[in-house]
Amino acid sequence: MSVFTITDKAFDVKDFNLWYGDHHALKNINFPIRKKEVTAIIGPSGCGKSTFIKTLNLMINSIPGVKMSGEINYNGQNILNEKLDLVDLRKNVGMVFQKGNPFPQSIFDNIAYGPRIHGKKRKRDLEEIVIKSLMDVALWDEVKDRLNAPALGLSGGQQQRLCIARALATKPNVLLMDEPTSALDPISTLKIEEMILELKEKYTIVIVTHNMQQAARVSDKTAFFLMGELIELDETSKIFSQPSDERTEGYITGRFG
Amino acid sequence: MSSKTSDRIATGIFVTIAVIIISLLIGLFYFILVNGVKQISIDFLTKPSSNLLAGGGIRDQIFNSFYVLIITMIITVPLGLGGGIYMAEYAKPGKVTDFIRVCVEVLASFPSIVIGMFGLLMFVTLTGWGYTILGGALALTVFNLPVMVRVSEDAIRSVPRDIKEASLGLGITHWHTIKTILLPSAFPSILTGAILAAGRVFGEAAALLFTAGLSTPRLDYSDWNPFSSTSPLNIFRPAETLAVHIWSVNTQGLIPDVKEVANGSAAVLVISVLIFNLLARGIGSLVHKKMTASK
Repeated sequence: MSVFTITDKAFDVKDFNLWYGDHHALKNINFPIRKKEVTAIIGPSGCGKSTFIKTLNLMINSIPGVKMSGEINYNGQNILNEKLDLVDLRKNVGMVFQKGNPFPQSIFDNIAYGPRIHGKKRKRDLEEIVIKSLMDVALWDEVKDRLNAPALGLSGGQQQRLCIARALATKPNVLLMDEPTSALDPISTLKIEEMILELKEKYTIVIVTHNMQQAARVSDKTAFFLMGELIELDETSKIFSQPSDERTEGYITGRFG
Repeated sequence: MSSKTSDRIATGIFVTIAVIIISLLIGLFYFILVNGVKQISIDFLTKPSSNLLAGGGIRDQIFNSFYVLIITMIITVPLGLGGGIYMAEYAKPGKVTDFIRVCVEVLASFPSIVIGMFGLLMFVTLTGWGYTILGGALALTVFNLPVMVRVSEDAIRSVPRDIKEASLGLGITHWHTIKTILLPSAFPSILTGAILAAGRVFGEAAALLFTAGLSTPRLDYSDWNPFSSTSPLNIFRPAETLAVHIWSVNTQGLIPDVKEVANGSAAVLVISVLIFNLLARGIGSLVHKKMTASK
């Protein structure tokens, strides 16, 4: 496993364990996540990859009965520390969910929602943010004439890109994506993958995916989870050509999972 | 018996039940409207009621019904909404929450006459107000609150979880998420529920008999000072509502045209409740369409 210098790391997860009640869902995870790279997390259903990504912005807190131990350092601060400001963390670590989940509001209001509540009130500033975010996700050309139309009128792929734009609008450093294309058709999927490659210039991206080709196409690093353990984390090219663990090889060659 | 035959029999039974229900409803409406509508005239709607002579109207009763309703809703809606938000978003699953839920349900199924007795004790005797609109409104609140809590809770719970998560994921606080995402999304169902509850309140008589009273003072509709004793807006005056009026003329009316007045009042009441229900459906689906852009 390559060693990063401290400043290179967006997240540094050390000896992390998580339990749902009595179920030990994540076991002793050590996982550095490098800045401005795309890190893909693959593994069979129930391996803990979604649980892991949800702990990075503590969305996991809304599930009752979760216990955690270890450290998750973000910018050198342990986010498991009780005194952490959740609002601040989530502003910096945005999240995109499996299914596009726009608010029942206009396209403009969906994107302006975060910045507005975080204190941006001037219309000019908001417009600027909305335009920039929509351009970042390559949705601007498709919706520029109907910013006041309801977001729920967009297609599934457009809705998902809108949600990514909404997450970008709060100016995060990290973008977490939990199987962002699992509900989309191949063309929309391709668009989002192209977008991810552009976004990594500016953002650290962690993406959970069921689709191994997708991991191979978009990511720099790939992590393989199995039964709550991090089996292997390495350069994507290495994972897919010569993985060092035979379980990784078994999974990517389709022998199980 | 072959499964086809039993299927046919089952279909037949359910159709029969539906027909019975519908014909009951139509018969009831027909009876009330045929007897009542011919009594309704501008005169009937705009004249005060009379105690002895024939030809009295129901002007004050109509006003009282709406006024009591408005006061009730002013008290019920914020309380019910608050309770609903608490139950849906803050209450932790456990014994206390279960207990609160049982209380709400028991309260919802309380006989309204008992609530009337309770109101007499609390809002009439204990407070020393006598029969007042406020007392009536408070009794109706007791009667109405559980429904409102339930409606609000269900409406908030039925907002898709993923948009709540999306908001929390953007670093929006719980309260802001409730205020800006959950409540607007739940608004159409809450509105529908509130209007339906209003229809229930509008037709309620038993809870008002001992709280708002059976009489109305002489009202001066040009007097808008809510503290003056002849003002219709005074909430510390007794007020006989339409539903109570029907009951009282029927049981103790001295006027010769008891039947006509009762039938006319019943028709006005039923038409009003019908309008409430249609409004609830109409406005609810309109707002829902507007907000979600669903086709």
